[in-house]
Amino acid sequence: MLSSQIKSNEIVFGSCNKDLLEEIIFYGIGLGADFVEIFIENTDNSSVLAEEDFITSVSPSFGRGAGIRIFKGKKDGFVSTNDLTKHGLMRSVSQAIEMLDITNNKKGDAFNGLNEHRDYSLFKKKWINEVPSIHEISEKLLVSTKSLKKNNKIITRKGSYSRNLQEVIIASSDGTYVTDIRLHQTVGLNVIASDAQYRSSGSRRFGSSGMPNEFRLWDHEKAANEVFESSMNMLYADYVDAGQMPVVLANKFGGVIFHEACGHLLETTQIERGTTPFENKLNEKIAHESVTAIDEGISEGSFGSLSVDDEGMEPEKSVLIKNGILKKFISDRAGELRTGHKRTGSGRRQNYSFAAASRMRNTYIAKGEHSKEDLINSISDGLYCKSMGGGSVGATGQFNFAVEEGYLIKNGKLTNPVKGATLIGEAKEVMPKISMCGNDLELAPGFCGSISGSVNVTVGQPHIKVDSITVGGR
Amino acid sequence: MNSREITTKISKAADLLNLKKWDYGASFSNDYSVQVDKGEAKQLKATQKQILTLRVWNESNLVGITTTSDISESGIKKALNQANIASDFGNKNERPEFSPLAKDPIEVKDTKKRNPVGIKKLLTLLREAEVKLLKSHESIKSVPYNGLSESFYERVYANSDGAFRSYTKSQAALYLYARAEEKNKKPRSSGSVKLGYGIEDIDIESCIKDAANKTISHLNYSSIKTDKYLICFSPESFLTIINAFSSMFNARSILDGVSLSNKNSIGEKLSTEALNIYDDGLHEKNISSSPFDGEGTPTKRLCLINKGRIENFIHSESTARIFKTIPTGHAGLGSKVSVSPDWIVVEKSKENSDLKTSLDHSTYEGEFVYIEELNAIHAGVRASQGSFSLPFDGWLYKNGKKISIESATVAGDIKYLLKNIVNIESKQEVTTSGISPHIWVDELSITGDE
Repeated sequence: MLSSQIKSNEIVFGSCNKDLLEEIIFYGIGLGADFVEIFIENTDNSSVLAEEDFITSVSPSFGRGAGIRIFKGKKDGFVSTNDLTKHGLMRSVSQAIEMLDITNNKKGDAFNGLNEHRDYSLFKKKWINEVPSIHEISEKLLVSTKSLKKNNKIITRKGSYSRNLQEVIIASSDGTYVTDIRLHQTVGLNVIASDAQYRSSGSRRFGSSGMPNEFRLWDHEKAANEVFESSMNMLYADYVDAGQMPVVLANKFGGVIFHEACGHLLETTQIERGTTPFENKLNEKIAHESVTAIDEGISEGSFGSLSVDDEGMEPEKSVLIKNGILKKFISDRAGELRTGHKRTGSGRRQNYSFAAASRMRNTYIAKGEHSKEDLINSISDGLYCKSMGGGSVGATGQFNFAVEEGYLIKNGKLTNPVKGATLIGEAKEVMPKISMCGNDLELAPGFCGSISGSVNVTVGQPHIKVDSITVGGR
Repeated sequence: MNSREITTKISKAADLLNLKKWDYGASFSNDYSVQVDKGEAKQLKATQKQILTLRVWNESNLVGITTTSDISESGIKKALNQANIASDFGNKNERPEFSPLAKDPIEVKDTKKRNPVGIKKLLTLLREAEVKLLKSHESIKSVPYNGLSESFYERVYANSDGAFRSYTKSQAALYLYARAEEKNKKPRSSGSVKLGYGIEDIDIESCIKDAANKTISHLNYSSIKTDKYLICFSPESFLTIINAFSSMFNARSILDGVSLSNKNSIGEKLSTEALNIYDDGLHEKNISSSPFDGEGTPTKRLCLINKGRIENFIHSESTARIFKTIPTGHAGLGSKVSVSPDWIVVEKSKENSDLKTSLDHSTYEGEFVYIEELNAIHAGVRASQGSFSLPFDGWLYKNGKKISIESATVAGDIKYLLKNIVNIESKQEVTTSGISPHIWVDELSITGDE
C-alpha cells in the first residue's frame, strides 16, 4: 500500500498524514478560527560527556508532541500536547478555540485543503544511520580531552557532544503542508587551569546543521590547542581597569555583540512590545556607514541554517542594515500580522511546546576592507576582546557581554592579557561607533534563548573596532 | 495512565528485558498562561506535558539512562531498551545506586493545592492589572513584559526496590514589567513578580504597586563615577549572588573541580561570624517546595554556613557515598546526577557583635550604593574562578538624596565579598528565590559612565 493511502487516527511519522491534518484544520476553521497551524515533531537526541579520561555521561532522549496555534484577528491561542491521536489533536484545537472565546461558528470554507506536500526530508532520512555512533563519539571525545592535558596546570578537562535529530510536520490553513528533518551536532571543549591562587578557564564550541559527517571531520587537535592556549594566556592575567575606551572585537563569536545588542531589537517581537528604539527607523541611518548586517538561514552547514522555518516558509537572506541604513526587520507570521513587516522565513521555536516567534538564524556583520592589524594599530589605549563569553540585552536595550579572553592595546600593539572585563552599552549608541570592519569574516555557532525557547544560531563578524564603549572591571 | 500504572508498566517491561534494577522520575503537568498588550489578549497558551526519565543498571552494575515524552507502552519499552544500550557506556568510576533514604518517610506538608480558574479568568485579571499599572503614573507607557499563569503538576519517583513517592501541586505566577518614558530621557523599565499556590493567593494589587513604584523610582537617573563604594545588597540581589556561587557548597562541583571549595573545606571561615546560610527547601514560604529530590531522598533543612564557616555540602547519593556522609535531598536525576540548592535562607547569627548596625538601608545618611537587582548572571559570573562583573539596577544615596544609577556594573570576588560583609540587617524579607535581610559590603568596584 502506498503511504498516501494510509488512513490513520494518529499522526504517523514517515507517512502521509494529509487527510488527518486537513480534518483537524477544517475543524478549527469551522469553529471560527481565522487561521490554524499545526506543528508536530518527533525527536531523537543524544549527548555524551567526557571528563578527564572517562566518559561520565551518555544521555539519549526521544519524544513526540504537537503545538497547535489558532489566530483570531491579531490574537492567538497556543496549545501543546504529547497526544498525537486525532482525538488529542482535536481536543487541543477545541481548547485553543475556547481560550480565544471564539463563538461564531462558520462553515470553514476559508480553508481549501492542503497544497501539494513539500517534502524537505527526502534526502535526509538516511542521516540517522550516518551520524557517528555513541562508541565513535566517545572515542573521539576521549582523544580530545587527552589532547587538553598539556601541562599540570590544567586541572579540569571536559569534552561534550550533542546531536539533535528533529523530524517535523507543519500544516496550516493557508495550505502549507511541509515535512522536514533537521540535524544539529555540536561539540565543545572546556578546561580550567590553576596555579596557586590563579585560576582561568578556556572553552570553544563548534556546531553544524545537516552534515552527519561533520563531527568526524572536526579538528580536535586544533580545538584543544586553542582552548589550552586561551586558558594559559589568561591564567596570570590582571583584572582590567574599568572605564570608557576603544575596543577591537575579534571575528567569529565576537559577533555575539551584534546579535544581542542589535539583532534582537530587529525582531518583530520587539516592535510588538514597543521595546526597540529602531521601530520607526526603516531606511534611516542607525549605524556607522561601514556596517552592513545580514541575517539568513541558507549558508550550507551553518548552525542557524534551515531548509524551511517552523511555519513552513523557506528562509531568505535578509539584509538588515546596508551601509548603516536600516533596511529590514526579522519577521514571522505573528510579526507580519501585528506589525506589517513581511515574513522572512524566521519563525522559529525550540520545540512543539513553544509557539514560533521571529528569531535570528545566521546573523553577521559583513566583511570590510581593513586587516586586523589596521584596527589594532589605530588605537593608542584600548582593549582587544579575543574571545567573548555570553551576554544579554535588557528591557530598555542595554546590553552586556563578558570578555573571556582580553588583551590591552597600547600604542597600536597588543600587550598584557586582562580578565574580568564586561562590555556595557546600548545598541542605539554603540552601532554608530563601529567605525572599522576587517576583511576576515567568520561565523561561530551558539544557542539563543528568547521568547520561543532556545534555538541554534550562528553569530559572526570580521574584526571590528568600536570607537568607545564602557568596559566594566575593577 | 496514572503514576502507579506507569510504575507497573515499567516493572513488567523491565522483566521482559531481564532488567532487574531500574528507577525513574517523572513529571506530568498542565500549564495555562496569558499575555496581554494594551488591553487586548496577545497570546493564550495551554501546555500538557509529560517527561519520563528512566535509569537501568546492567549486569556489570553500570547505569544507562533515557528521557522520553512518550509514555505509551511502546514508548516505555523503547526507553528501557535505549537506557540498556546506554548502560554499556556507564561511568565505571562513579556508579550511582539507589538513595538509601528513598524509602524513608517524607514530610508531607499541606500543599494547598488549588483548582484551576481557567484562561478566561486569567485574562480578565491580567487585563485589569495592566490597565491599573498603566494608569498608575503618566510616564508608564506600556507593560511590555507581562504574564499570568497557573500550573498543575505531579512529580514521581519509583524504583525496582519498591520505593514509590509522588506529590501533586499547583502554582501560579504573575509578572509585570513596566516601561516608562519621559521626554529627552532614556526609557526606564522595572517590574515585579509574585508567586502563589493558586491565583487566589497572588496579591495582584501589591504586584502592580511594586512594579509602578520601582519603575517610577528609576525615572530620575544619573551616571555614576567609576570607583569603590559601600554597597547595600537588597535581599533579592544578595540571594542572586549566593545562588550564583552555590558551587561553593556543592559536592558535585567539588568533585568536578569547578568549585572554589574542596573536600576539606568544611569548617573554612568564609565570612563574619554573624552570617548563617541555610538551604531550606521545605520552608513554608517556598511555593515550589518538593518533599523529595530526583533520587527520592527526602528534602530537609541544611545549614551551609554557620557563624561564617562552611558547615555542610549539598549531596546526591553518589557524592554522599564518596564524602562518606548521607544524601541531603538535592539531586536531579540524570545520566550524571546533578546537585543544586533548593531555597536559600540567609540570617544574622547570634555572634553579631562585629557588625556596624548603624548601617540600615532605611536610615543611613552616608554615601552608599543600593543594589536592587542584579542582571545577566549567566554572562557575568565565573563560578569556578570566584569572580563576577554584573550589571545592576539600583540607586546612589548621597547627601540625603537618592538617585537611580543609569547604567553600571558591580564587580568583585565572592570570597572578598563574603569577607567584607559589614552589616546584616535584622529584618528578613521573603523573595521568589529565598529569604534574606539586607546585606552591607564594603569596598566593591562599580563601573559607571563617568
